[in-house]
Amino acid sequence: MDKEKLNKDLFVPANRKEDTSEEIRRPSLSYWQDAWIRLRKNKGAIFGIIVLFMIAVLSFAGPHINKYGLDDQDLGLSKMPPRVQGLENIDWLRLNGTKSADLTAATVEEAQEKALARFTQTDFEYITFDVKNEGNGQEDSARVIAYFYIYDAKAVDEYFWFGTDTLGRDLFTRVWYGTQISMLIAFIAAIIDMVIGVAYGGISAYYGGRVDNVMQRIIEILVGIPNLVIVILMIMILDPGIISIIIALTITGWVGMARIVRGQVLKLKNQEFVLASRTLGSSNTRILAKHLIPNTLGMIIINTMFTIPSAIFFEAFLSFIGLGLQPPEASLGTLINDGFKSLQINPHIMIFPAIVMSLIMIGFNILADGLRDALDPKMRE
Amino acid sequence: MENILEVNDLHISFDTYGGEVKAVRGVSFNLKKGETLAIVGESGSGKSVTTRAIARLIPNPPGRIKEGEILFEGKDLTKLKEKQMQQIRGKEISTIFQDPMTSLNPTMKIGTQIMEGLIKHQKMSRSEAKSRTVELLDLVGLPNAKERVDQYPHQFSGGQRQRVVIAIALACNPKILIADEPTTALDVTIQAQILELMKDIQKKTESSIIFITHDLGVVANVADRVAVMYAGKIVEIGTVDEIFYNPKHPYTWGLIGSMPTLDNTEESLVAIPGSPPDMLNPPKGDAFAPRNEYALEIDFEMDPPMFQVSDTHYAATWLLHENAPKIEPPASVKRRMKGMASGMIANSDQGGEQS
Amino acid sequence: MARYIIQRLGYMLMTLFLIASFSFFLMKLLPGSPLKMEEKLSDAQLEILYEKYGLNDPVPIQYLRYIGNLLQGDLGVSFQLSNQPVTDILLSRIPVSAHLGLQALIVGTIIGMLLGIVAAIRNNSWMDYSANIISVVGISIPSFIFAGLLQYYVGVKLGLLPIAFWGTFPQTIMPTIALAIFPLAISARFMRTELIEVMGSDYIVTARAKGVTKAAILFKHGLRNALIPLVTVLGPMAVSLMTGTLVIEQIFSIPGIGEQFVTSVMTDDFSIIMGTTLFFAFFFILVILIIDILYGIIDPRIRLAGGKE
Repeated sequence: MDKEKLNKDLFVPANRKEDTSEEIRRPSLSYWQDAWIRLRKNKGAIFGIIVLFMIAVLSFAGPHINKYGLDDQDLGLSKMPPRVQGLENIDWLRLNGTKSADLTAATVEEAQEKALARFTQTDFEYITFDVKNEGNGQEDSARVIAYFYIYDAKAVDEYFWFGTDTLGRDLFTRVWYGTQISMLIAFIAAIIDMVIGVAYGGISAYYGGRVDNVMQRIIEILVGIPNLVIVILMIMILDPGIISIIIALTITGWVGMARIVRGQVLKLKNQEFVLASRTLGSSNTRILAKHLIPNTLGMIIINTMFTIPSAIFFEAFLSFIGLGLQPPEASLGTLINDGFKSLQINPHIMIFPAIVMSLIMIGFNILADGLRDALDPKMRE
Repeated sequence: MENILEVNDLHISFDTYGGEVKAVRGVSFNLKKGETLAIVGESGSGKSVTTRAIARLIPNPPGRIKEGEILFEGKDLTKLKEKQMQQIRGKEISTIFQDPMTSLNPTMKIGTQIMEGLIKHQKMSRSEAKSRTVELLDLVGLPNAKERVDQYPHQFSGGQRQRVVIAIALACNPKILIADEPTTALDVTIQAQILELMKDIQKKTESSIIFITHDLGVVANVADRVAVMYAGKIVEIGTVDEIFYNPKHPYTWGLIGSMPTLDNTEESLVAIPGSPPDMLNPPKGDAFAPRNEYALEIDFEMDPPMFQVSDTHYAATWLLHENAPKIEPPASVKRRMKGMASGMIANSDQGGEQS
Repeated sequence: MARYIIQRLGYMLMTLFLIASFSFFLMKLLPGSPLKMEEKLSDAQLEILYEKYGLNDPVPIQYLRYIGNLLQGDLGVSFQLSNQPVTDILLSRIPVSAHLGLQALIVGTIIGMLLGIVAAIRNNSWMDYSANIISVVGISIPSFIFAGLLQYYVGVKLGLLPIAFWGTFPQTIMPTIALAIFPLAISARFMRTELIEVMGSDYIVTARAKGVTKAAILFKHGLRNALIPLVTVLGPMAVSLMTGTLVIEQIFSIPGIGEQFVTSVMTDDFSIIMGTTLFFAFFFILVILIIDILYGIIDPRIRLAGGKE
């Protein structure tokens, strides 16, 4: 201890400074502000929002960007591969308007002949080859990759960004239009699920007793029914169309929401702050509006966000097994289903709607995950 | 008596998004064989962090021991590898945790949870370990031990669970028992039973105990020596008598003044104003100065060193410096100090109130 | 516990009965005749057939007969497939679907759980991030898109695996992968979150304080507690396997129950549709029951509560 160095003047009682230790340094945040801050920090959720926003914009603008209509058929221009201005010179993107085929035969010449048959051409004017293996005369030893410049062959100088389908309709227009329809179905189904589920679950939990008992027994029977089966049965008796798909999706879809809301309300109902409010003479409506609904809202939003992608999936699934929308209507599901029929030769017909659908699903799922983390009060510090 | 544990100049920090939180800033103390050392302080004063560091239970990242040494029987625990540490934990040094509701694995029979350490450290067979487990449960006062070993934690009450946690800690006759607020989560009546049990066990096993608490009533009841911690430092350390009858640090005065007692009903409790500092940016000088009504100018400039009061009593306050004005503890605290002398025995029978 | 299971079995039977009745009346509501080859038949022949199948009787009589037959395990005959009993058709197709589904479930959950454990132990490392991306992608992208992409790139472009049919082991690989993606993704995600939460709980610190090794903490204390919530995803997994088999069997031309169902939907083969519906419902309810029972076995807290109920 170096006592000598210490200044004696310091050993006097200090003038007490204004006490700042009790000051609240952090601004106080409401639940929603806090959730928003947390959501913004979540990179995945932000990525999801951006992807969904872009898809939403494209789905409205997309069908009007180019000159092709939804149903402009031109059988002469069927199954055109995608070609995009500017991107057509980047080989690996394969947006240069060529079709390719990987062919094997005994000799290179035979393989090249096969290419003519594949592309229904009589000469090699619009076909180039990339010889992978010269071959030695044995069966399938020679391998060439043939590129067919179909836009040149047909003397078309248009650009079909996503290519065309089997009827020569522009896929770019159809994909974005289909996105609209799929999203519409999903949103309406999710909203209906939400309304019925919240009402059912809320009533069941709030009134409790016999009401709850009866309503719960009904739910217990309903959860045993696989959604899939009900949806298919409903679709079979209804005329295929947007409305029947929505009905089929919502007929048991609300059960999940009802259970979540009931659980949440039951939990809240007996908490001290609700009892306190009741003791102070709040009416039923006030308790519902001021305490129960706001505290359940987070769960409702999260659950709805998960319902949307699952509705999109079910719509696509129905189309896939032939119970979806009928032509000329298009949804992502019907487009993917159409694409499957010619997947082996014209993969672009399936791949573009599949990519858009996958992006939507990923977007909603990570956004919903992000919202769950942001809205979950357990995570609040 | 020889020291079984020596902690020298221990610094522990946590790396968080906001920056480095200096939870422990140069703590030194020792623990003798068979004694009970109580560490007292508010939440966040670093008392739990210090003791978790002794058992090397601080998760890394974010926590790390920045400097200092922890000498257990001459070995520096901060230098040991995780594998070597596993040989010490549970066998030489064991810990009783605060909340018995969460510190037991809900899906494992309590017998298995007690036997785990026995099988690992004492190389017992399962049947040997089981009979030892039954003995242990008897020792901690759980009736029907034979049947209860095969039950799950949810079949026990809070106090019973804490007895199980104590049995786990005692299983291998540890030389040091760290009790991290073992009674805080329990009802007052159960608290007293658990304290009695711990005193009893110490008599039987002669292990050393570090007892963490924020409850001075409990301290008076169980401890031989007391260390008072504030903002990551020990501000005063001494025997129980020294701390209660002759406290030197204004923070200790504050703690005593804010403690309810049975006889002083006529006066109101004295609260320590303000709240502990943010350990992300500890203030310059003495961390307690902003809350200290006896603060000197120098408290805002320099951290006080430890001043020796007696062979066993030290306090870190400039008030003990020869140049400092002589300041007496406030009258109410003085009265309490006197009251404490007479009330101590009565108080210890109550098991201590909650502060 | 026994009482609880009996109660659940009661609900199960009630649900099945409701589904059976519901699907029966829905089928009756359908426009047109169930006998699709009617164009080839004269009115007299049709009349004979109607009489034979009892389709001329009033609907309530038909309903009672249907339920009566159902109770004896008779699901009727297929109108399209030369009067084959539906039960036989289902029995011949279920093993194929079960084989595919189990293979996918086992592969998916095992890989998924390993992935989740690694992600939890190496929390916030590149392995964690990759596991996260895999699970988001796997949960989001429908199995039929995976199946299509696999079929095109692995089957057609690279020619590595057979693109369709069922029988040899290589033929099972692509459908299994496509079907396993969802169980893989969802079990990886659940394993990760649960394990991280469990490993941060107080009793893990207690175990560490006992001097238990890291491996023992992970396997004896961590995994068991993390597995409990994993049981809850068995439900969604079962649903995904059911929907999955419908489309994947279609894509890869696998003669399972899903493929049969889709074909029957196309041809309005009512008795097969109803039979399959009942089978799916039965399967689903069974899974829910198993989940409940598993819950009780894994978590002693729930086991007790269930017994008291």
